[in-house]
Amino acid sequence: MAKQFQSAKKKKMINNTVVHIILAVLAVIWLFPIFWVILTSFRAEKGSYVSTFLPKAFTFSNYEKLFNDTTILNFPQMFMNTLFIAICSCILSSFYVLAVSYCLSRIKFKLRKPYMNMAMVLGLFPGFMSMIAVYFILKAVGLTEGGLIKLALILCYSGGAGLGFQIAKGFFDTIPVAIDEAALLDGCTRWQIFSRITLPLSKPIIVYTVLTSFMAPWLDFIFAKVICRANSDQYTIAIGLWKMLEKEYIDSWYTSFAAGAVLISIPIALLFLFMQKYYVDGVSGAVKG
Amino acid sequence: MGLFKKRINEFPTPYTCNNAIKEGGLSTKLSMILMGFGNIVNGQVIKGLIYLFIEIVYLVYMIVQGTGFIAGLGTLGSAEQQEVWDEAKQIYTYTKGDQSILMLLYGVTAILLTVLMIFIWRGTLKSAYKAECLRKEGKHVNTFLEDLKSLLHENLYRLFMTPPTAFVFVFTILPLVFMICMAFTNYSRIDNHLMLFDWVGLENFKTLFDSGSILGSTFWSVLVWTVVWAFFATFSNYIFGMILSLLINRKGTRAKGFWRFCFVLSCAVPMFVSLLIMRTMLQPEGAVNVLLRNLGLIAGDASLPFFTNPTWARVTVIIINIWVGVPYTLLQLTGVLQNIPEDLYEAARVDGANAIQTFTKITLPYMLYVTTPYLIVTFTGNINNFNVIYLLSGGDPVTDLSSTAGKTDLLVTWLYKLTIDKQYYNIGAVIGIMTFIILAIGALFTYRNSKSYKEEGGF
Repeated sequence: MAKQFQSAKKKKMINNTVVHIILAVLAVIWLFPIFWVILTSFRAEKGSYVSTFLPKAFTFSNYEKLFNDTTILNFPQMFMNTLFIAICSCILSSFYVLAVSYCLSRIKFKLRKPYMNMAMVLGLFPGFMSMIAVYFILKAVGLTEGGLIKLALILCYSGGAGLGFQIAKGFFDTIPVAIDEAALLDGCTRWQIFSRITLPLSKPIIVYTVLTSFMAPWLDFIFAKVICRANSDQYTIAIGLWKMLEKEYIDSWYTSFAAGAVLISIPIALLFLFMQKYYVDGVSGAVKG
Repeated sequence: MGLFKKRINEFPTPYTCNNAIKEGGLSTKLSMILMGFGNIVNGQVIKGLIYLFIEIVYLVYMIVQGTGFIAGLGTLGSAEQQEVWDEAKQIYTYTKGDQSILMLLYGVTAILLTVLMIFIWRGTLKSAYKAECLRKEGKHVNTFLEDLKSLLHENLYRLFMTPPTAFVFVFTILPLVFMICMAFTNYSRIDNHLMLFDWVGLENFKTLFDSGSILGSTFWSVLVWTVVWAFFATFSNYIFGMILSLLINRKGTRAKGFWRFCFVLSCAVPMFVSLLIMRTMLQPEGAVNVLLRNLGLIAGDASLPFFTNPTWARVTVIIINIWVGVPYTLLQLTGVLQNIPEDLYEAARVDGANAIQTFTKITLPYMLYVTTPYLIVTFTGNINNFNVIYLLSGGDPVTDLSSTAGKTDLLVTWLYKLTIDKQYYNIGAVIGIMTFIILAIGALFTYRNSKSYKEEGGF
């Protein structure tokens, strides 16, 4: 009996070791590119193709170049552009998302189902299909020149916010309706319920919504590229990084691309890790159905 | 099909548009022509004046421009831009020709505004009829201030829904209608129709379905690859993410938080950054090949054809998609996995089920049941997965030089190439519509058959 117990224990230990080894190998694979880009950002040799995996010499000049060499690709300005766009579109679209999801979750009105069905149908169209049309519309209104491009991008990023209600709605659905009813009996208006009861109870989803909408402009480069075209003073970070890998820049900018990627990834990664908890809460709430 | 079931009105109200027309008094009937008249007569002066103002603005717009715009939709312009020799200045000047694209845009906008106006018109009728009825019955008719206050209470949804919906209209619906219209024109660089173009009916659809033409044969091969890609990308991520999540969450595993952190870190890096890094690493002279050479696994001058051989490229994008997607799946599935009732597993253990049996008989069915909507969303997302393909392979390798798509191009990336690079706007629009139809059929079918849909009863 004791022997059997011991062998079971041994088996368990072998299993555990195997699992840990597998996890370790996988973790290395997953972290390898990140490790590599950090190495590259400190690499002293220029150019994109190198014959050795580890850099021969380390330097900080790649980072310095990003901030000092602003004639061709103005990294600090791109950063400010993106920050401005991100803050504005974040405020606008967070409000939209929360307002729409609250209404769809709590208030029964005639257009509720039609609206949700419309959102589902619109979600099936490839987003890039209308991109060029959006560009034409913005151009017809005159928003594709100079500083107005920022406004155009803000409008674009928050334009679809009304359709991205699923996760927040799923969250609001989990807040007991009884609370609302009690408040209504006490003479609260719907607005007071929303602002004084529902919102304070929904910190996770607010954080999640705010952060996702804040991050969108940092991550998108396709919309930005189509709308900015050749206006290089309006570029966002993403286009800048993409440009650095184009044929005419790649030789001199490759290592700086890695440096820029590291610089952008740090805040985004921090935000993401902070948000992760809320992300899981929100999604599992929505999936439960 | 349940889709066309007659809808039961959940919100019965006597103040409908039909009733207003049939039973409304003179003032209500007059508001059919003079919007807001009924409201003014019945004491809602400000509201009535606002309606009247909207009507006047709309009419002025229609008279000055709108009708012309809608009429322009018929021909889409015919005046070509012409070069004229200016004697006085000794230079060539250009006369302003018609720009079909603007005419189409303005026409579509005018039509959408008219549709919107019809809704407002119905709204005013209802509102006038309601005011009239309430007054007749001697009940209180809301003042403007009270109406404004009601926006914070029983009409909160109007306040909350209107601005986002307006944005959706301008930035999603209008562009979509506009783009769908383009599918029926010859707006394309082919035959130089960039300035002036015409309606061609279903011509573009015919070209695309004609497997004899270059576009047609490309379409079919891209379509097949898109479906294959979406299938593998979705399920490889799902299965792999689930296994990983099980490995991390099993009892014996130590430092769960640390492992999760390792994987999540890779999706914390912006996706376009990590994809661009991956692309450069997998180039013939990139880091991976260099590493393999240094390790002596391949010859010193050889390189693995990650993006140059079609089959290699296809497998590569799917594998890299696993790298990109698994952390997200891990995040999403962890919560669901922890929700599986523990007693199910205990019962299985008592009955002597082994690990594989518990996985296939308990974990997998439970997960599939709970996450079907998530799977559908991911599948749709993968059919439209622009980022991974565009940033990684850019659709390469192009083996057939006459076609416009490479071997790893999906419908969306092909659409992007056709519109942005080639300026074949009409074909791009047709592809967009086709993608939509495929997705709509798939989504409708799966949504309606999934248990979670049936049990939720709506949406």
